[in-house]
Amino acid sequence: MDIEKKIQHLTERLTYIRDIFAGKHNENVRLLETKMEDYRQREASLSSQDRAAAVATLEDLFGFVEQKLENDLTPMDKVRIVRHPQRICLRDILENVYDNYTEIGSKDEHSIDPSMVIARAYITRRQGKKTFNQSVMVIGQEKGHGEEFRNGGSVKPWGNAKAQQYMQVAEIENIPIHTYIFTPGSYPIEDSPGAGQQIAKNIYELSGLRVPVVAVISEGGSGGAEAIGLADRRLMLSHGYYSVISPEGAAAIEGRLRDGERASQELIERCASQLKITAQDNLRMGYVDRVIQEPELGARPYHFDFFRTLRQEMLRATDEVVLGVKGWGPFRALALRSRKKKATGNFDFDSVHIRWSLSSSARDHLVEKRHKKFRQLSRYAAVDPRPWTSHFADWLKQALWDGYSHFKYDFFRRHTKNVSHALEDIDAEVRVVTNSMVHFWRKLGAKLFGRSRRKNAETERQLTKLSEWDEQSARDANWTYTSPRAKEDRAITCPNAEVQGCLDLWAPDLFGEFAGVCPNCGHHFPMEYQWYLNNVFDQSSIVEFNSDIEAGNPLSVDGFDLKIEQAKKATGQKSSCMTFEASINDTKVVVAMLMASFRGGTVGAAEGEKFIMAAERAGKKRYPFLAYVHGTAGIRIQEGTNGVIQMPRCTMAVRRYIDDGGLYLVVYDTNSYAGPIASFLGCSPYQFGIRSANVGFAGPGVIAETTGMAMPPHYHNVYKALARGHIQGIWDRREIRFNLTQALLTMGGRNLYYR
Amino acid sequence: MLDVSKLLEEIQASPYAEISVNAPHSGTLTFNGLVPSSRVVGPFGDWKEKKGTLLATIERERNKKPLHATEKGEVMLVHEELAGTFVQAGTEIMRLRHYLSREEVLSIILKKALHLFNAPERAKYYFIPAVEVKVKVSGPKAISVHDGMELFIMSRMKREAPLSYTGPEGVIYAVYFSHNQNMDAGQPLIGVCPPNLVGAVEDAVMRVQTEWREEE
Repeated sequence: MDIEKKIQHLTERLTYIRDIFAGKHNENVRLLETKMEDYRQREASLSSQDRAAAVATLEDLFGFVEQKLENDLTPMDKVRIVRHPQRICLRDILENVYDNYTEIGSKDEHSIDPSMVIARAYITRRQGKKTFNQSVMVIGQEKGHGEEFRNGGSVKPWGNAKAQQYMQVAEIENIPIHTYIFTPGSYPIEDSPGAGQQIAKNIYELSGLRVPVVAVISEGGSGGAEAIGLADRRLMLSHGYYSVISPEGAAAIEGRLRDGERASQELIERCASQLKITAQDNLRMGYVDRVIQEPELGARPYHFDFFRTLRQEMLRATDEVVLGVKGWGPFRALALRSRKKKATGNFDFDSVHIRWSLSSSARDHLVEKRHKKFRQLSRYAAVDPRPWTSHFADWLKQALWDGYSHFKYDFFRRHTKNVSHALEDIDAEVRVVTNSMVHFWRKLGAKLFGRSRRKNAETERQLTKLSEWDEQSARDANWTYTSPRAKEDRAITCPNAEVQGCLDLWAPDLFGEFAGVCPNCGHHFPMEYQWYLNNVFDQSSIVEFNSDIEAGNPLSVDGFDLKIEQAKKATGQKSSCMTFEASINDTKVVVAMLMASFRGGTVGAAEGEKFIMAAERAGKKRYPFLAYVHGTAGIRIQEGTNGVIQMPRCTMAVRRYIDDGGLYLVVYDTNSYAGPIASFLGCSPYQFGIRSANVGFAGPGVIAETTGMAMPPHYHNVYKALARGHIQGIWDRREIRFNLTQALLTMGGRNLYYR
Repeated sequence: MLDVSKLLEEIQASPYAEISVNAPHSGTLTFNGLVPSSRVVGPFGDWKEKKGTLLATIERERNKKPLHATEKGEVMLVHEELAGTFVQAGTEIMRLRHYLSREEVLSIILKKALHLFNAPERAKYYFIPAVEVKVKVSGPKAISVHDGMELFIMSRMKREAPLSYTGPEGVIYAVYFSHNQNMDAGQPLIGVCPPNLVGAVEDAVMRVQTEWREEE
């Protein structure tokens, strides 16, 4: 019986090898097959002792071949490993790493989303004769060894919402969170709360979460991974991958494939290796803190030693985070140092106890440290040719702004406010007394002389005369900037012509006077970003900063240097993000603009860095911060994880800004999709769409391919986004200046310079 | 009185609709290489969001406007002589032949033979209890209706109101609503047919259902 089990086990191992190498290393597979077949034929004639010996030999052979193949693993093989149904999954981890656990809100398929599993677990540690149960909140995607209802770990928006809820619970209960990332990507549907918007909420939540978070990445598919991946310590399994897009998706884009055409295996392999998705690559780039070594060809549920290693690593990581913010000075440093040394040997983390609950000040410190950690990431990936003197001057300027703002707004204004409030009180008191006296005399006068109160002439005029056209607010189509398309003598058909009966429009009218808006149905044709620069902001008020930071090719993807150079030449910009200071009706703002004309407005390391610097500048100067999204296609896939990491980085910058009392406004124009929506744009409480714009997570093609469902036309239209609660309003392009002025005056936090 | 079998014969004699494709506005015409007997398809997709076959383009003021087929069928006639010329709005540029489907034939017959009584607003509709019982026992064709007869109960958000039938006298040939189903405003509730036509209509419908062959 035992031998039968072993043979069954070996058969499974053989299937696994065959699957993950997908037609490669056939000679090794054949060798194993032949040996297995050999054994099966001889089996009946062997005595039980010989059988056991033969099986032991077979096991040795399997071990040897697996070890040999381990050295030949390509990044794409690793992708196949993490997708394999035999790969360990979250429930194996819950069973084997933790001492006890209770799943929250799910029992197999009976769950709001079976692909997201939440559990309250505990780890028992022993110190001498004492035992300590340490609670953690475990959150992670569950692939369930191929169980269909788990959706392959592709979490629906409401699954991520559940994760967010239990992050908050952990914060209330002051227990650490362990997240396990096993997802090929998020399920890209817009149904409320919306894939992108919910991921944005999760990242925003995690960035300010006041409990230690440790994340383990096995399959880190872009946005889905980031939804639970922002952590104080990020560990990665040695055979996992962490990437901006699946290699197949990258190959489809690289090969310009359409309508479900399949990319060649070669191209997919090449994309997988160019995207630098493996644990070792991510460790080198600094996006994970440590790699947990797995057994040969990846961990499977029977690798019990691996679970022990994982447990030790989780304890170590959580201890490190806690010790890093607890206490103070030399003792903490000493404790950490000795820990690190011991961890390299056979130190047993089960045998020591460190309390994981944190004091209030330690929790503040924790969040601060987390922000600092992410602020440092990916900086090398953007090209910054400025000399050190310029950096120093920048730093000095920022310090001065900081000091000036503190003095002016936190000290001077607070005190003048106190004085003016006191004066206001006195004034009000005096008025109450004088009014009652004046009222008496007026009443007496009216009685004696019968005089009626004189009406205010202005009020009378307003009430009796017709209103006048306000020249200032209605610019009467006198736009400062006119699109070059207005110079073409041609007619344009409105896309709604068939339904709405719009007449053909003459281009000089449409792109000139009409500002790209169909006068019949109000359809907004896309306009150049220059139109907004010139017609929205006060004239000559725009001052660009950090324009020297350039988009590069940090992963040295073949041919991408040329593409980036072409984009720079065509647009005259060095990245797709332009950051500037400007004023709108004399209210100063800091603006970060994503331009669709530069590589589709994709966000890479340079764009992320510029965005963060703009948010910081706005914070220091107490200006409102406007993200004007002329268009964005998402994260720049050619930058791999250097791009993905901008999602948490920029969201954290925004969170710091909002927490400090700023006003963060987002305005979407044309098409805005994917990563930025699912992070630093989607987290804003004030998001507005320009009419006819599209806002969403994944385009219709991607949705159809991933979910197998076709989406109705206009699925991502701003009106739909508004109805789903993703944005807060829809603006007409011609009124954007007025609406922005209104928003600046009525929205936002306490710490704006004009408040 | 309507002669249903004659109508059906007429349809069978020419089982297609001819669609004249006219220039929507003036402009220079370019055909898309279709010749008589070429097959064309109408809009398709779950929401008919994908356009039909491109028939021709008309360019006016450097604006090329595509003309797509609105129905499935085949090209009967192409006014080749107009290719490359400036055509006026309304000029016929092509003619398509659209073979009628079974549903279309049925709808032509029923439209002519039945009077449809439509829902005045979005609500759930029921027959009044006396009629309901009769419908259950003997079927809708046992109910004769006349103008002003109280026939329905309209129910919406816990508000119930009686609704009277308006239209010509006859028997209920078909009921288009079912229990607890919300009907949109303008959707037909019942089809009413003169009593002596019931047999002929039933016969015609049966013949269409069984005999009509849809041309590909």
